[in-house]
Amino acid sequence: MENLVQIALQNVNMAAILPSVILTCFGMGLLLISVFLPRGTTRHAVWISMIGLLVTGLFVYTGWGNPQYGFNDAVANDNYAAFFSMIFLFAAGLTILMSDDYLHREGYPVSEYYPLILFATAGAMWMASGTDMMTIFLGLEVMSISLYVLAGFFRGQVRSNEAGLKYFLLGAFSTGFLLYGMALIYGVTGSTKLTEIGIYLNAHASLLDNPMTLAGLVLLSIGFLFKIAVAPFHMWTPDVYEGAPTPIAAFMSAGPKAAAFAAFLRIMEYCFFSLKPEWTAMLWVLAVLTMVIGNVIAISQTNIKRMLAYSSIAHAGYALVGMVAANEIGYSGLLFYMLAYTFMNIGAFAVLTLAGKKGEDNLTLEGFSGFGFKRPYLGVAMTIFLFSLMGLPPSAGFSGKFFIFAGAVDAGYIWLAIIGVLNSAVSLYYYLRVMVYMYFRDPVEDYAWVTLPAAAVISIVIAILGVLYLGVIPGDVMELAKLAIF
Amino acid sequence: MISVYHYMTVSAILFALGTYGVLTRRNAIVIFMCIELMLNSVNLTFIALSSHLQSMDGQIFVMFVMVVAAAEAAVGLALMITFYRNRDSIDVDDMNLLKL
Repeated sequence: MENLVQIALQNVNMAAILPSVILTCFGMGLLLISVFLPRGTTRHAVWISMIGLLVTGLFVYTGWGNPQYGFNDAVANDNYAAFFSMIFLFAAGLTILMSDDYLHREGYPVSEYYPLILFATAGAMWMASGTDMMTIFLGLEVMSISLYVLAGFFRGQVRSNEAGLKYFLLGAFSTGFLLYGMALIYGVTGSTKLTEIGIYLNAHASLLDNPMTLAGLVLLSIGFLFKIAVAPFHMWTPDVYEGAPTPIAAFMSAGPKAAAFAAFLRIMEYCFFSLKPEWTAMLWVLAVLTMVIGNVIAISQTNIKRMLAYSSIAHAGYALVGMVAANEIGYSGLLFYMLAYTFMNIGAFAVLTLAGKKGEDNLTLEGFSGFGFKRPYLGVAMTIFLFSLMGLPPSAGFSGKFFIFAGAVDAGYIWLAIIGVLNSAVSLYYYLRVMVYMYFRDPVEDYAWVTLPAAAVISIVIAILGVLYLGVIPGDVMELAKLAIF
Repeated sequence: MISVYHYMTVSAILFALGTYGVLTRRNAIVIFMCIELMLNSVNLTFIALSSHLQSMDGQIFVMFVMVVAAAEAAVGLALMITFYRNRDSIDVDDMNLLKL
């Protein structure tokens, strides 16, 4: 018995999961503390969760360049996981900062909201650091279950109920496909460890065109592509983003999307490198489809949250181009783009939380008429984020797209890069239209002057700084991204 | 003699039935039951393969899947109750506020 314990402990290595464990502890501690405080107090929750994110970020930062492997190689806290963890922490931090005032305005000042964000972030970190199917599956579910609750958080609002229930039903449905894919791959290779699967498949070339392997690959991909919101698995995205609380829509479009990319890319690179021509061909088609569908449908949207949902589908398509390129600059461009997208998209959503009124019926193009003159600071912030989403220099969106398309050209996918650039041109139309309404229309809403809440302003300022930093000096972060990939 | 292929066939049929149910049924609880059927067919696949391959990984995976399914059921049923309170229905055709 003692021998068994020793063997088990040798392989554990808690350092590999330290950051996410710390984050989980903060989340659970926050749940406990909130029990003893009167309902409706949320300020402490903002502070504690921000401290939790900062401490976790510190541990992620010190773990850079010092990879830790634990739990029989089921977890690898390497640079790749650290880079993605930073993206999730930024996404969670910006989301939490913009949430407090918003929750009070919408009439749900409930402190359980913040621990759920922390748990979702911890789940995302497990996904990024998982090197075993089980770890990745558990991380995915911890993240998803927290998000089901968060999407349906406004329990008195039918729209939020509907968003939560739709996300739940479709998310659980896609989990079934993901698991069946994992089961088939396990059956083919006899292991759930990513590296062992990859070595086994590489050594047994006859397995590569075995229907069971290919079915497993496709089913597994469906599970992740659903979370990334790649066409044709994107149908849930606009409904859920529109119905969910705005900060949660912001978080979902950045954090969990990056997490699904992290796990998907690691699985494809570790397990299926022998099948690279097959899966890049598959993703080529999906990337084009996603970019076109996202951008074309976004044109006809009048609700800004819904428009941003379609734009997030299109941006998933751009990021997928980096994965199709499957070379150093493509992969590191994908990492860079997810970080850039976190800043610009969450920033845009943060402006929406401040622009909306209770119930958010005014978040339409008409409702934005004259917004730029009546709320000048928010107007400028929104302009910066929209420019970045369009991909105009010098913004984060431009450098991100530049790296990704450079990777695609490098790998010989000239047509893919051309389609991508044409799609960016299409996206100019619907982003610019928001600005036309903001600056060239007479205001229809009565804009009473309100003091902007400090926390949300901090969130917007951080997002602007991030967008400008990644746009003006992309080299530093790009170097880090190059160190982070395999 | 029942081989691993029989188990695989049964679980594939169960998975297909679950998928068919999700796509055709309109009651959210029945849809959720179909999703559970899919998860359980995956569990059957894992157990059969685990016994066939003489490796424990598959059985451990099944434990995790069951835990996750239980947590998902808790959250999912709670979401359905809140929806029912506001709409007096759990028909997915009534989830029609968020449209193009």
